[in-house]
Amino acid sequence: MTRGLTRHFTSRKQTVEAVQGLDLEIGQGELVAFLGPNGAGKSTTLRMLTTLIPPTSGTASVAGHDVVTGQRDVRRAIGFVGQGNGAGHRQLGRDELISQGRAHGLTRADAHRRADELVADLDLEAVADRKVSSLSGGQRRRLDIAMGLVHLPRVLFLDEPSTGLDPQNRINLQELIQRLHTETGSTVVLTTHYLEEADALAGRVIVVDHGRVIADDSAARLKSGLGDLVRLGFDSAASVDRAAARLSRVPESRVDVTSESVDLRVKDGSAMVGEVLADLAADGVPPTRVEVARPTLDDVFLDLTGRSLRETQQTTDPTATTRTESEVAA
Amino acid sequence: MSTFVSDTLNVMNRELKPVWREPMSVVFAMIQPLVFLGLFAPLLPRMADGSALQWFVPGIVAMTALMGASFTGANLMEEMQSGSHERQLVSPLGRPALLIGRALKEVVPMLMQVAIIVAVVTPFSFDLHLGGVLVAALVLSLFSIGVGALSFALALASKGQDWMFWTIQQTLLFPALLTAGVLLPVDGAPRWLEIVSALNPMTYVVDAVRALFAGTYPMDVVAQGVAGAAVVAALGLWVGVRAMRRSS
Repeated sequence: MTRGLTRHFTSRKQTVEAVQGLDLEIGQGELVAFLGPNGAGKSTTLRMLTTLIPPTSGTASVAGHDVVTGQRDVRRAIGFVGQGNGAGHRQLGRDELISQGRAHGLTRADAHRRADELVADLDLEAVADRKVSSLSGGQRRRLDIAMGLVHLPRVLFLDEPSTGLDPQNRINLQELIQRLHTETGSTVVLTTHYLEEADALAGRVIVVDHGRVIADDSAARLKSGLGDLVRLGFDSAASVDRAAARLSRVPESRVDVTSESVDLRVKDGSAMVGEVLADLAADGVPPTRVEVARPTLDDVFLDLTGRSLRETQQTTDPTATTRTESEVAA
Repeated sequence: MSTFVSDTLNVMNRELKPVWREPMSVVFAMIQPLVFLGLFAPLLPRMADGSALQWFVPGIVAMTALMGASFTGANLMEEMQSGSHERQLVSPLGRPALLIGRALKEVVPMLMQVAIIVAVVTPFSFDLHLGGVLVAALVLSLFSIGVGALSFALALASKGQDWMFWTIQQTLLFPALLTAGVLLPVDGAPRWLEIVSALNPMTYVVDAVRALFAGTYPMDVVAQGVAGAAVVAALGLWVGVRAMRRSS
C-alpha cells in the first residue's frame, strides 16, 4: 500500500505475566528501541507484533493490520530479523535472498535483481555465494538484515540484532541500521539490552521492565530529565556533611552522601560546576576531587527501577501468558 | 498460479538447493541400506524361483525410502534452532506450503537413491524390469512424502529437544522395517506378528514394490501398495500441516 499513512499501535495488557497491558503507539518512520533486561518482555512483545505468537488478550495491529485476524497482511508488510540466523546454514546467501524475495511475491527476475542490490548495498559480495555456515557472525547478521529488507518493508523488526557480535561489528551494525532507516524511511523497531545501542541508535527509547513500559521518551530527554552527576570528594566526614548541607539548597537537585563524597544530581550540572566549586570554597569546604558525568541510560534505568540494568540478570522469558491490547489508527 | 502452489514450489526449490549442490550427500544418507545390501545379501539362501537379490533389493529400496525420509526432520530441527524456520514463519509463506513443500522434496533424493541401488545391483544376479521399477518409484514417492511429513511433524513436536526426535524416530524405524518384511519374510510368523505386519502400511508398499521390481503387475497387490502409501501420505500431511500451523 502506498497511502501516506501514519502507523500507530496501541497495545494494552493486563495480567502479571511476560507482557502486561502494554499500550503504545509507534508512528510511521520512527526508529524505536525496546530497552530492558533479559526477561523484561521485549522479545515477547516483538513475537506478538510479528505474528509468531498470538496475544492472550488484547489486540495489536501493525501497518494497519491486526496481528491475529490479518496475519498474512502483517507478514507482507513487515521485515523481521530474529535473534537467530534467518538464513539456512546449508544454503547459499544469495539463494536465500532470492527465495525470500519470491516468498514476498517478487517475480524471478525481480527477486534476482533485488538480491544483487542488497548484496552490493550490504557489502556481501565476497560471501553471498558461499554456504551460510561458513560466514562470520557479522556477515551472517548483515545477510539476515538483507533478508529482512528484500521487500522494502514498511516496518522492520529486529530482535536483539547485535547480541553475540564483537564491539566493532556492533558499531558497524548500528551504523547500517541507521543508514537504512534514513534511506528507506521504514519504521524500525528493535530490542536491545545494550544501553549504548539504544542510546546511539534510537530516536525513541521504550524502557521495559517486568512486562511493563516504565519510560518512553527520546534517549536525550530521558537522560536530561535525570540531570548530570557532579561527584565532589572531600578529605573529612565533617566537610562532607557541611558541603552536603550547603548543596541541598541547590534548586531541583538531589544530594546523596557517601563517606567521603557528595553526589549532586542536577540538570546542566556541567555548566554549574564552577559556581558550585566557588560557593563551597567560600564556605570553607573546597572539594579535593571533582567528577562530572553525563547521565547514561543505565542511570535512567537505575533511577526508574532501583536496579542497575547491568546487574539485572534474569534468565526467564515467560512467553506463555501474555495479554495485549492495541489498536492502530492508520 | 495460486499462492499455495507458488509458495509450495518456493519451499521445495529451497530445500532442493543443497541436494543439487552436494549430490554426494544423497549417497552418504544411504550408507546404512548399502551396508545391509552388501553384508546381508550374500547370506541369503538360494531360492528355487530365482535370485535372492530379486527378493531382497526391493526391500532395501523401501528401507532407503523410509530411512531417508524419516531422518529429514533433523534438517528442520536445525533450522528451528538456527532461526531460519522462525524467519520463514514470519514471511508470507503459508503454513501448509512450508510443510508440503518440504515433504514433496523428499521424492528427489529418494529417486536418486533408488537409481543408485538399481545401478549397483543390476550387474549381479538382478533382472531389471524398468517399467515395474518406474511404477514402484511412483508408489515409493507417495510413501516418502508421507514419511517425510511425519518426520517434520515429529521435529516440530520435539522443538528444542533433539533427543526426543531421535528416540522416537529410532524406536519406530526398525519395528516398521522388520514387520513390513523388509529383511526377512513375515510368512509363517507367529499370529501376533502377522497382525502387526498386516497393520503396517509399509507391508503393502514393500509387497507391491517386490511384485513391480519382478516385472509383474498383480492389480490387487499394486492397488494395496498404492493404498498403503496413500494412507501414510494422508496421515503424514494431515499431522504435519497441523504441527506447522501450531509452530511458533
